[in-house]
Amino acid sequence: MSEFFDMGGYGAFIWPSYGITALVMLGLLVASLRSLRANETQLASLESEKEKWSQQSDEWSSTPTETGTSA
Amino acid sequence: MPRLHRFANPMRFARLSKAVLPWMAVLTILLIGTGLYWALLASPADYQQKDSVRIMYVHVPAAWMGLFIYVSMAVSSAAGLIWRHPLADIAAKSCAPIGAGFTLVALVTGALWGQPMWGTWWVWDGRLTSMLILLFLYLGYMALWQAYDEPGKASRAAAILALVGVINVPIIHFSVEWWNTLHQPASVFKVGGPSIDPSMLWPLLVMALGFTTYFVVVLLWRMRAEILARRIHVLMMQQAAS
Repeated sequence: MSEFFDMGGYGAFIWPSYGITALVMLGLLVASLRSLRANETQLASLESEKEKWSQQSDEWSSTPTETGTSA
Repeated sequence: MPRLHRFANPMRFARLSKAVLPWMAVLTILLIGTGLYWALLASPADYQQKDSVRIMYVHVPAAWMGLFIYVSMAVSSAAGLIWRHPLADIAAKSCAPIGAGFTLVALVTGALWGQPMWGTWWVWDGRLTSMLILLFLYLGYMALWQAYDEPGKASRAAAILALVGVINVPIIHFSVEWWNTLHQPASVFKVGGPSIDPSMLWPLLVMALGFTTYFVVVLLWRMRAEILARRIHVLMMQQAAS
C-alpha cells in the first residue's frame, strides 16, 4: 500500500497534481450548483411576491392579472 | 439555422438540459472513475519518466479542455454577436470559469511534472507562456463581464475580447514546434497518428472524455443559473419601478 502512495519516488509530485485537479473540478461543481439553487430560491420568492402584488392591485382595478409563473 | 434556433429557445433549453443532465452526470462518474483506476493502477510506468508519467492523465486532458472550452466560448461569442441570441451569450459567459479552472490545473500540474523531469517548476518557453496567456484571456473575459452593469454592453465587449484571443489557440498548438525548448512536442494530435503506446493512450482518452462530460454538466448548470439570474434582474427592476 505504501508502495502505491510512494509511486516510485514521485508521489510528492503525483498526489498534489491529482489533488489540485480534484479541488478545482469539485470546487467549480459545488459553486455552480449552489448558485443555481440560490437563484431558483430567489426567483421563486420574487415571483410569489409579484403574484401577491398583482392580486392586490387587481382588487382596485379590473385589469387581467399578469402572473409571471410560467416556469 | 432554424433547427439551431429551436434549441436556442430558453424554455426548450431548460427542458432539454434537465433531460440530458442525469445521463451526463452518471457518464462523468463512470468515465472519471475508470480513468482514475486506469491512470493510477492499471497503466504501466514510462520507460524514461517512470511513474511521474501518471501526471499526464490529468495534465493533458486539462490542457485540452482549456483550449476546447476557449474555442467553444469564442464560437458562442461570435454567434451572440451575429444573431444577437441571448442564449449564445449565456453559453459563452458560462464557459469562462470552467475553462479558466482547467487552464489553471494544466499550469499547476505542468509545474509539478516539470520539477522532477526538467529540474524546474517553470520556464518561459513558448508552450508555457502561451498557456499562461490563455489563463489571462479567460480572466480578462470574466473581468469584462463584471465591468458593465448592462448585460448587452458587457456581452459585446467580452465577445470581442474572446474573438481576438482566438489567435492564441494555434500559437499554443504550434508553440512546441516553433520554439523547441523544454516542453515535449505533441504525441496524440499529430501527422501520422498518435505515437503514444495504446496502454497509455486509452486511459488518457477515457479521462479526457470524462472531463468533457463534466464540462457539459457544469456548463448546463451555469447556463440555467444565468438564465434565472437575468429573470431575477428583470423582476427586481420592475419592482423598483413600481
